[in-house]
Amino acid sequence: MYVAVKGGEKAIDAAHQWLAESRRGIPETGELSVAQIRSQLRLAVDRVMTEGSLYDPELAALALKQASGDVVEAVFLVRAYRNTLPRFLYSCPLDTGTMAIRRRISATYKDVPGGQVLGPTYDYTHRLLDFTLMANGETPRGPEPAEQPLEPCPRVLEMLNREGMIEGPDGETGAAAADREPGDITRDPLSYPASRDIRLQALARGDEGFLLAMGYSTQRGYGRNHPFAGEIRYGEVAVEILPEELGFPVVIGDIEITECDMINQFGGNETEAPRFTRGYGLGFGQSERKVMAMALVDRALRARELGEEQDTPAQDEEFVLSHCDNLDASGFVSHLKLPHYVDFQSELVLLRQLRQEYYQKADKASEKHDNAGSVSRQESEA
Amino acid sequence: MNLQQAQSNDTGGYNFAYLDEQTKRMIRRGLLKAVAIPGYQVPFGGREMPLPYGWGTGGMQVTATVIGPDDTLKVIDQGADDTTNAISIRRFFARTAGVKTTEVTTEATVIQTRHRIPETPLRSGQILVYQVPIPEPLRFIEPREVETRTMHALQEYGVMHVKLYEDIARHGHIATTYAYPVKVNGHYVMDPSPIPKFDNPKMDQCPALQLFGAGREKRIYAIPPYTRVRSLDFEDYPFEIQRWDESCEFCGAADSFLDEVITDDQGGRIFVCSDTDYCRQRQQQQQPAVNEETCP
Amino acid sequence: MMHAEQTLMEAATPLLQVQGIRKLYAPGKGVDGVDFDLYPGEVLGIVGESGSGKTTLLGCLSGSVIPDQGRVLYRNRDDRELDLYNISESDRRALLRTEWGVVHQHARDGLRMGVSAGANIGERLMAVGGRHYGQLREAGENWLREVEIDPSRINDTPGTFSGGMQQRLQIARNLVTGPRLIFMDEPTGGLDVSVQARLLDLLRNLVMDLGLAVVLVTHDLAVARLLSHRLMVMKHGKVVEHGLTDQVLDDPRHPYTQLLVSSVLGN
Repeated sequence: MYVAVKGGEKAIDAAHQWLAESRRGIPETGELSVAQIRSQLRLAVDRVMTEGSLYDPELAALALKQASGDVVEAVFLVRAYRNTLPRFLYSCPLDTGTMAIRRRISATYKDVPGGQVLGPTYDYTHRLLDFTLMANGETPRGPEPAEQPLEPCPRVLEMLNREGMIEGPDGETGAAAADREPGDITRDPLSYPASRDIRLQALARGDEGFLLAMGYSTQRGYGRNHPFAGEIRYGEVAVEILPEELGFPVVIGDIEITECDMINQFGGNETEAPRFTRGYGLGFGQSERKVMAMALVDRALRARELGEEQDTPAQDEEFVLSHCDNLDASGFVSHLKLPHYVDFQSELVLLRQLRQEYYQKADKASEKHDNAGSVSRQESEA
Repeated sequence: MNLQQAQSNDTGGYNFAYLDEQTKRMIRRGLLKAVAIPGYQVPFGGREMPLPYGWGTGGMQVTATVIGPDDTLKVIDQGADDTTNAISIRRFFARTAGVKTTEVTTEATVIQTRHRIPETPLRSGQILVYQVPIPEPLRFIEPREVETRTMHALQEYGVMHVKLYEDIARHGHIATTYAYPVKVNGHYVMDPSPIPKFDNPKMDQCPALQLFGAGREKRIYAIPPYTRVRSLDFEDYPFEIQRWDESCEFCGAADSFLDEVITDDQGGRIFVCSDTDYCRQRQQQQQPAVNEETCP
Repeated sequence: MMHAEQTLMEAATPLLQVQGIRKLYAPGKGVDGVDFDLYPGEVLGIVGESGSGKTTLLGCLSGSVIPDQGRVLYRNRDDRELDLYNISESDRRALLRTEWGVVHQHARDGLRMGVSAGANIGERLMAVGGRHYGQLREAGENWLREVEIDPSRINDTPGTFSGGMQQRLQIARNLVTGPRLIFMDEPTGGLDVSVQARLLDLLRNLVMDLGLAVVLVTHDLAVARLLSHRLMVMKHGKVVEHGLTDQVLDDPRHPYTQLLVSSVLGN
């Protein structure tokens, strides 16, 4: 006789226990420390901070450890934690022009004041698996520091801007936008149409993979806007706050960020001379792929305000912003694992009824056919 | 137990019911607006909760906002108290709010539910909190938020009946069996969340307050007590609820929503009440003297 | 025939009054000051080359493009005068669902491609409260017959229809609520010549039988001649000539009209 299954609570507890054991892995292998993850898996840590919207490399490393390396799961942990933190105030805008540069390149000029500083990048490596890394060998040493300090690195786009060749950083909205308070998507619900500040916030937190695909689609012709990498810079900037009581800014620390300025095809119309347009990307740590993709998508989403035709997915504001958050996406996709047997039961009931009616109709039709046949037989016999 | 006592309990360093008071205030304002405009979707600044989006965060935020230390909470999923997610959510509130929890519908003051309305009729003073995945009933035909907002404002609901017409033309029946759209207070068309259409009539003139939370989509809406709620239909194809030929294997109920349970791989199946509390109450009434252990 | 005569005789007041409409994207691009009156049962053709502003004008008249200047006044069924851009958006949209119709050049823009012909026709009735499936279906079948589509196709989706049939379905979808004014944008564009002829025939009969007022935008003078009572010729946003169709086409005064007329073979 069927007995209803109970004991959901016990099952969950056992699942948690098994998860903890799996997370630790083989006991004989040394336990991964948070410090190791932070320093040796720094690019994963950077991604977790960027999408988690929280600058704390140690917490991000802890999240990666707890999540067994699943980046989206780690982002979830960081976001949920972020939510419990008290908020004091907004910082002053970061002055990326005064960044302590680690890496700075521009594809639009062969050379620029300050030079092309390659920094620690995978770009020129040959992607050959290095099996010597399987054994812990010597600790590699970086190059000797140069004798001359780095020259000042003025922003490439500012130089173009001085010639009037490119729109200002705030785009067409210019001075009006600079005065307006930016919104905050972590406090207020997003509504459409969204202003650029809101869009950029959503993109900064958005999933790197999704933005990469959207940015890629613009390059392949789905809303092509002829991008050039005007400048990409990675390094440390100071974070300043302006407490009312003091009346002057105070530095509260440094953070590592990566910033990308894309230069895109010129706009302009009958009342304005043609100029280059721009797209912008920003992320925590060294997150080049993310900020480049973000800049491409930012520019694509500006199609409406630049008077361009919007007919590709990357230009569709609602499409991009509704689907770029990987917490929303993974939550809803994985919710399909939750029990849906009541809804499914409803569908089963209807489908059975429809099938019954279908076969009844088919039977009646074939009956009529048979009867017709027999009638004509009778007639022919009569 | 008062609020201070509740907060001094070991709630793991979190505020009562996890959300900070500012957030609760913000959500309460949204709820008041929702109650004042029955069926209208109010946007709110939803927060990340420790459960994933899509797993009930909207319902949880509503519950966290309305629950107090003296409340008794019941949490069900698919009508059952012991499905994994219901347990997970109930534990969450037990830990962060220290409230009393129950599986008995009549004892609860706040009931959070996923995809069912309890069979036991609710009474005045109870709050039913629904978990909603997609709050927008027009989403199936219009993906754009800007357009659906306008359609609601102008009561342009022709497309809803187009869908029903199409079902009848194709299948001979209206083919929507859950998340069946309703008209609330003669104005807004609302998605009641993926409850089976079997449950729709329970929303009409319900003495309890019904609140709906969509965490991922960041919308809340409400049906105040004793509000008119009508399921959309045609005059010659009126709204009908599901019926079974069978009755519950355990309690014999012929008027409750039944789950189909496959018992062997030869197609053997039985039907049992989806609402576990309703079923248990009926069984206890029928055989009050029987030992607890032998009751399934 | 009777109907049209009656309405023309009753009409002392215009159905539509257009005053000083201006909508410019750039100098010479858009609509640069247009005035006219339209009477019940009258078909007004607006002709010109692409870029002349005729499509923008149609947008301004039908509520989809907000003009920079000017008024559009419509006299509704209750004999009330409505200032199109002074009433609420709700009322404007309601007008488009009931007393007005819009036939787009591409049937896809005016139909729901994912639902059946019957649903397409019934939608406007459902939007104004039609709640009886049987009656909606009957209306669907009747209108399919009116536009010469086999009623047994009522459950088929428009994607399975030919271009001409899609256009006729679009017309049926608009006429089901008995509108008094129809806006048409190149209704025969993109159709084969023989299909065009059939469609034009149908349109002409429907307009006469139902006493419809029509504002018809087209670049095709033959279509204009066949359907419209009066003609307006547009160039660079302005009306350069207007009058009775036959007069304008057979005896054009303005040099641009003369050029248009002469450049069409066999006109």
